[in-house]
Amino acid sequence: MDYVIFFACAAAVLVGAFGVVLARNPVHSALWLLLTLVSVAVLFLQLEAALVAAIQIVVYASAIVVLFLFVITLLGVDQHESLAETRPFQRPAAIVLGALLFVSILVLVHGNRWDTGAHSTRGALDPARTGNVTALAKSLFTDFIWAFEITAVLLVIAVVGGVVLARRSGQRTGAPAGEPQS
Amino acid sequence: MIAWVTPTYYLTLAAALFVIGAVGLLVRKNTLVMFMCIELMLNAANLTFVSYARALNDISGQVIVFFTLVVAAAEVAVGLAIIVAIFRRRQDVTADDIDILKG
Repeated sequence: MDYVIFFACAAAVLVGAFGVVLARNPVHSALWLLLTLVSVAVLFLQLEAALVAAIQIVVYASAIVVLFLFVITLLGVDQHESLAETRPFQRPAAIVLGALLFVSILVLVHGNRWDTGAHSTRGALDPARTGNVTALAKSLFTDFIWAFEITAVLLVIAVVGGVVLARRSGQRTGAPAGEPQS
Repeated sequence: MIAWVTPTYYLTLAAALFVIGAVGLLVRKNTLVMFMCIELMLNAANLTFVSYARALNDISGQVIVFFTLVVAAAEVAVGLAIIVAIFRRRQDVTADDIDILKG
């Protein structure tokens, strides 16, 4: 059963990823991205990371994909991407380098054993009790408390930066026709 | 435990996902699709973290994924704001045409 779930989700992940890269229309890319994200969330569930799977659905599959779709519709980017390549060697070079990267990661993964049964340093997974939430929260608010606080600062900066970027350009150039002034 | 899928399967899948994202980032020219490829690569990293958290029975892998998600959300918010600002000025978001830093 584990194998069935894994291979079904892996196939969905890869199909979605190829869809993102190969789809002509950005809206289709966003929808393929949604397929990939949801399948990765199922894999997280299989790996006993229930809270991470929930966050993946809430933050990635809803908020980020909706943000992408909003921006796509806002910009009206439905024109086709020009496929004429200005640097003719770039595409084959990218594919060859990607294949090399994949092979080298595979060699690393299959040639070595990293999961040597080392002790858990920050606490065990403990999936029996409320699906890891307790263990994760304990680690997050003790060992990683400073990282957590800095994360709050990062989010504030990102929000302020987003607002500033979106507003200032609107004031300087004036919004294009058909768009409400803020 | 019966026939548990070993971490190697997950790591291989994450490697494939990362490479697809990286190649997509290099090949595509629409900045929105390039952003989605970055999301793919971040997801591959998350999958690696979670599979190692499971393999080593260590919660910190999942905590790191939490932080990665936050960084990804911040990156998307700022990046899409930049794309919107560029589009308002130039009516185009093709990466090849955005070759001057001047607005």
